[in-house]
Amino acid sequence: MSNQGKMDCGRRRLIVATAAVGGVGAVAALVPFVSSLLPSERAKAAGAPVEVDIGKLDAGQMMTVEWRGKPVWVINRTKAMLETLPKLDDQVADPKSEKPQQPQYAQNEHRSIKPEYMIVVGICTHLGCSPSSKFKAGAEEGMPANWLGGFLCPCHGSTFDFAGRVFKAKPAPTNLEVPPHVYLSDTRVLIGEDKKGA
Amino acid sequence: MAAGNFEKYKSDGSIGGNVLEWVDARFPATSMYKGHLSEYYAPKNFNFWYFFGSLALLVLVIQIVTGIFLVMHYKPDAALNANGVPIAFASVEYIMRDVPGGWIIRYMHSTGASAFFIVVYLHMFRGLLYGSYRKPRELTWLFGVGIFLVLMGEAFFGYLLPWGQMSFWGAQVIVNLFSAIPVIGPDLSIIIRGDYVVGDATLNRFFSFHVIAFPLILLGLVAAHLLALHETGSNNPDGIDIKENKDENGIPRDGIPFHPYYTVKDIVGVVVFLMVFSAVLFFAPEGGGYFLETPNFYPADPLKTPPHIAPVWYFTPFYSILRAMVWNFFGLDAKFWGVVAMGASVVIFAFLPWLDRSPVRSIRYRGPIYKTMLTIFVICFFILGYLGTLSPSPMGELVSQVCTVFYFGFFLGMPWWSRMDKFKPVPERVTMK
Repeated sequence: MSNQGKMDCGRRRLIVATAAVGGVGAVAALVPFVSSLLPSERAKAAGAPVEVDIGKLDAGQMMTVEWRGKPVWVINRTKAMLETLPKLDDQVADPKSEKPQQPQYAQNEHRSIKPEYMIVVGICTHLGCSPSSKFKAGAEEGMPANWLGGFLCPCHGSTFDFAGRVFKAKPAPTNLEVPPHVYLSDTRVLIGEDKKGA
Repeated sequence: MAAGNFEKYKSDGSIGGNVLEWVDARFPATSMYKGHLSEYYAPKNFNFWYFFGSLALLVLVIQIVTGIFLVMHYKPDAALNANGVPIAFASVEYIMRDVPGGWIIRYMHSTGASAFFIVVYLHMFRGLLYGSYRKPRELTWLFGVGIFLVLMGEAFFGYLLPWGQMSFWGAQVIVNLFSAIPVIGPDLSIIIRGDYVVGDATLNRFFSFHVIAFPLILLGLVAAHLLALHETGSNNPDGIDIKENKDENGIPRDGIPFHPYYTVKDIVGVVVFLMVFSAVLFFAPEGGGYFLETPNFYPADPLKTPPHIAPVWYFTPFYSILRAMVWNFFGLDAKFWGVVAMGASVVIFAFLPWLDRSPVRSIRYRGPIYKTMLTIFVICFFILGYLGTLSPSPMGELVSQVCTVFYFGFFLGMPWWSRMDKFKPVPERVTMK
């Protein structure tokens, strides 16, 4: 106020330096708050693999197990179901499963280790709803007449075939995810891990 | 500088007057009362469209009071109780069945959420009718858009709390929307959820946002909205400035003190509103499945999506715009463009003061172009809202795409079409029709 028009440069530098140091401190204080929003150690540890007995699953049936809070489907596909897959190669978006939505050992025509057993995360790759099973071919379950069987997501209408491959021009960008899994015996499968006893 | 309150407000000698004088010397009680109520001059020609601002304030009070009492009994906990029901869901059922008066407090809160959006939409429409957003009230409008955004967040967070099927899957879909943002999306959605799936961490942080963070922001914005309004003065159905015609005391000739004239008028609005509100509360508390959706009476099941999920009615116009985007552009998923379009459809309201180039404010003096455009916009808004409640279908998708084009066309074309209209001459003084 006293020396009008004249700037005290030394004082201004001190003000700038003080504000800068204070600003750094304020930003640093954000760290614990932002990091508290991240998944906790307990949440990170909760991804334990689950062991499933698939021996009681009849042909054409499906069971749902929970892994990391998500539904994982085990489908015992019939021969007729498997035969629909090659017919749909030109209708699905990623027929050869080229996008990394499955472990290497499931990157094949039927997207599974054993052809009949489909193991897939039942979460639509669009916005995370769980698709419903529409196994009957034709219009019987409210699907188009040329429907060969598969899954329909109730939220935004994405459709998937019996290998979890998404049909073209649907909102879901990729095929359903195949989780890492390994057969411990003929009827026991470990979902969430690739290696036996690991 | 004007005289301080110490000199201005003197006691009339009574005990009450002495107390007031003491307070006024230390706190601007009388000056705030005069500035915002007894000597705030509002145009004398307000019609019924001007009820909805005060009604929004009333609903805010209802939501805060009922909310305080609900938190006394509600438990934000996704763990299962001894009966295998999530504790949060069970605590809402407990409020509904066992807490004395709990059912009506809860229904007041859930109906209040829908009522809030009804009055806010009507309040915003009033702004469109009479050009309330135009200069010099741009900041009032921007604070209002902020209130609308916060209100949407508040409603979204609140909807998760009952931990029903619609709560869970609605949150799942909306949080996954954020994962569509390139680069930061996947991490952002994990930060929002606090877990890899919607779970207990999500429920607890949504509870915190719903009862602490967002209400505080909301109150701050409401105060800013009113302060900005009282700085410029209210607009009116004629869209003319009453401050341009003042009497010898500096009081607008077309203005009347807010209190008692508009407080009394607003009480009439409050009575009518409470009649309708109570009718819903007692006879249709679920609003026919639109205020409280049927799947939300089932506890959240992370393994099974209900056959039909849709957001609550007040989000459906924007949800339809999200679903209308089915094309990939520039190597980015349609999903991302859906999120962009939905965000833009809300935020675009903020640009209205600068998009509108018409020489008059009010629809009364605008020509057929504005009336047609506004009608189309409102019809599209309703169609989008209706389609958003339905399951996806090819026909619905096409109609929602057409409506989305008109929706954005209304805003983006406004700088051109708002200028070309045929305008009527604006009167000097307000009219009382």
